[in-house]
Amino acid sequence: MTTATSMPEAGREASAENRWLRAYRQMVRIRLFEEQVNELYTRALMPGLAHLYSGEEAVAVGICEALLVDDYITSTHRGHGHCLAKGASPDRMFAELLGKEAGYCRGKGGSMHIADPATGNLGANAIVGGSVGIATGAAFASKRLGNGRVAVCFFGEGALGQGSLYEVMNLAQLWKLPVIYVCENNLYNEYTHFSETTAGTILGRAAAFDLESAQVDGQDVRAVNEVATRLVKRARAGEGPAFLQADTYRYSGHHVGDINREYYRSKQEEQHWKTDRDPIKLHANWLLSQGQAETAALDQITAEARAEMESAVKFAIAAPYPTVDQVEQDVYA
Amino acid sequence: MSERELTFAQAVREALAEEMRRDSRVCIFGEDVAEAGTPFKVLSGLVEEFGAERVVDTPISEAGFTGVGVGAAMTGLRPVVDIMFGDFLTLTMDQMVNQAAKAHYMSGGHWRVPMVMRTTLGATRRSAAQHSQSLHAWFSHVPGLKVVLPSTPYDAKGLLKTAIRDENPVIFFEDKMMYKLKGPVPAEDYTIPLGVADVKRKGDDITLVATSSMVQVALGAANMLEKEGISAEVVDPRTTWPLDEKTIIESAKKTSRVIVLDEGYGRYGVTAELAAVIAEGAFYDLDAPVKRMGAMHVPIPFSPPLEDVTVPTEETVSEAARKMCNKT
Repeated sequence: MTTATSMPEAGREASAENRWLRAYRQMVRIRLFEEQVNELYTRALMPGLAHLYSGEEAVAVGICEALLVDDYITSTHRGHGHCLAKGASPDRMFAELLGKEAGYCRGKGGSMHIADPATGNLGANAIVGGSVGIATGAAFASKRLGNGRVAVCFFGEGALGQGSLYEVMNLAQLWKLPVIYVCENNLYNEYTHFSETTAGTILGRAAAFDLESAQVDGQDVRAVNEVATRLVKRARAGEGPAFLQADTYRYSGHHVGDINREYYRSKQEEQHWKTDRDPIKLHANWLLSQGQAETAALDQITAEARAEMESAVKFAIAAPYPTVDQVEQDVYA
Repeated sequence: MSERELTFAQAVREALAEEMRRDSRVCIFGEDVAEAGTPFKVLSGLVEEFGAERVVDTPISEAGFTGVGVGAAMTGLRPVVDIMFGDFLTLTMDQMVNQAAKAHYMSGGHWRVPMVMRTTLGATRRSAAQHSQSLHAWFSHVPGLKVVLPSTPYDAKGLLKTAIRDENPVIFFEDKMMYKLKGPVPAEDYTIPLGVADVKRKGDDITLVATSSMVQVALGAANMLEKEGISAEVVDPRTTWPLDEKTIIESAKKTSRVIVLDEGYGRYGVTAELAAVIAEGAFYDLDAPVKRMGAMHVPIPFSPPLEDVTVPTEETVSEAARKMCNKT
């Protein structure tokens, strides 16, 4: 285990904070993290690929806020949001994105493979649907060891095309495992609308295995959190797996370089989601209307998150690369 | 040492039972592993002793339950995943190659996958092209995996116990034709390290480097050659990764002639790698080019006379050795 840095977990620290303000903070942190990623990428400071989570923040935050720190998650190539929401530190995340030794994987994983045992993050995965077995196996181990942990398997609707998902859903239901399959339906399998790739309904797939299932507005962090809390409680009580369809939207392209998108979706559609369905705006409006926060408090959260992300980027840029002799380390345990 | 003899299948079963008694984290996943004890009856009796929670029958979902094995290994268990026929490994490739093999490295050394995958190899059971392949070379190619190929009951038990205690994903290939082979297996606890070859027979004129099913073939050929005055050494690497290059090269240097034998396909296969290791390490001590013998480069045919010519036999190996020693 590395202990290269010990930046405080900004989100987790604010334990006294109102839970909905905290959810707001977490979503803003993810949004601003991704803004920095976009900046790093377009300035050619970041090698490789970047798949941004912007627009989908309410899903990761609504769910991870219903989990305990040692509950497990598995994540995807679009995983920065899950990783932050589960409690990882942005400085070590940025360091990983830049291939630096201080990164969560000592620079060997990169954006698509960040893993953080301290927060139960079994890892992002660059194979679509590649982590469904791992999440289900973690739930198997939890049940067998009796440690009460729940596993959440995040995947996009693109993974609905992968057969192994259905294999493990079958196993999880047969064995009543504490795993929750979270389908983040952001409407697009890369550059293709999901209606062109998905026969039948999404929840029909869960129904085939008689899984407890729900569909939720993935732009509404409170709604996501409410249903997640119920499914997590159920799983922890030994009542078995569940399937959650969270309807959401990917603001950016499939990856940062996916600029000209009009051949698969319109600018009007993107604008509609950003204007009318933005999870952060929607939640801010609710907080203000309920008198749970003043505008100044929300602005302060944004300013703090921005400062945190800027500082984390600085840390990562200044951090050293791994020395070349590390290339053969950790092939075997 | 005890004179007790066990079959290869009994040795495998005993290794599993001992490790399951020793460590409650060890569990078995697979198709018909519980009451059925697998089609080869290798696991008979284990579910009765350890219960269905630890000897877990799965649906016919190789990719699914292999993935569950990977995740369970990362989070505190030590699964032994049973893939009934080595041909079905193709269904597990993403889980083994992209997930199990890389989790430790990709996470910068954080996650570990202490998992064993037991499976089979070998032709000549009249099982045709989808139940007869020897695909261990595929896994030997991938960094992060270890590959074990026992050839005797003694090795099977000692190597399997080591594999279960290893912190990495290990693929353990059992030759289906060898399950009834008997050999001495001490009752005392013992393990055999991975990456240590075993000289199964000493000799001076030629080295037969042989794996798994081909070890018995090599020993048979060596007996035939002995009667003709050719002294053959038989070296069994026992694991293709890690590979004991030193023992193989030393034997090649000593005898100066080498045939490498493996039941996988020769092209881009284990024999190609072993031949390259010998060429790099012993070239100036060799009196002849290294000869490779493996499965013919065809899908395994069903018809017995066709199938029988696809794999090396004692006769074809001894013939090749005679030629190499200029004693034809």
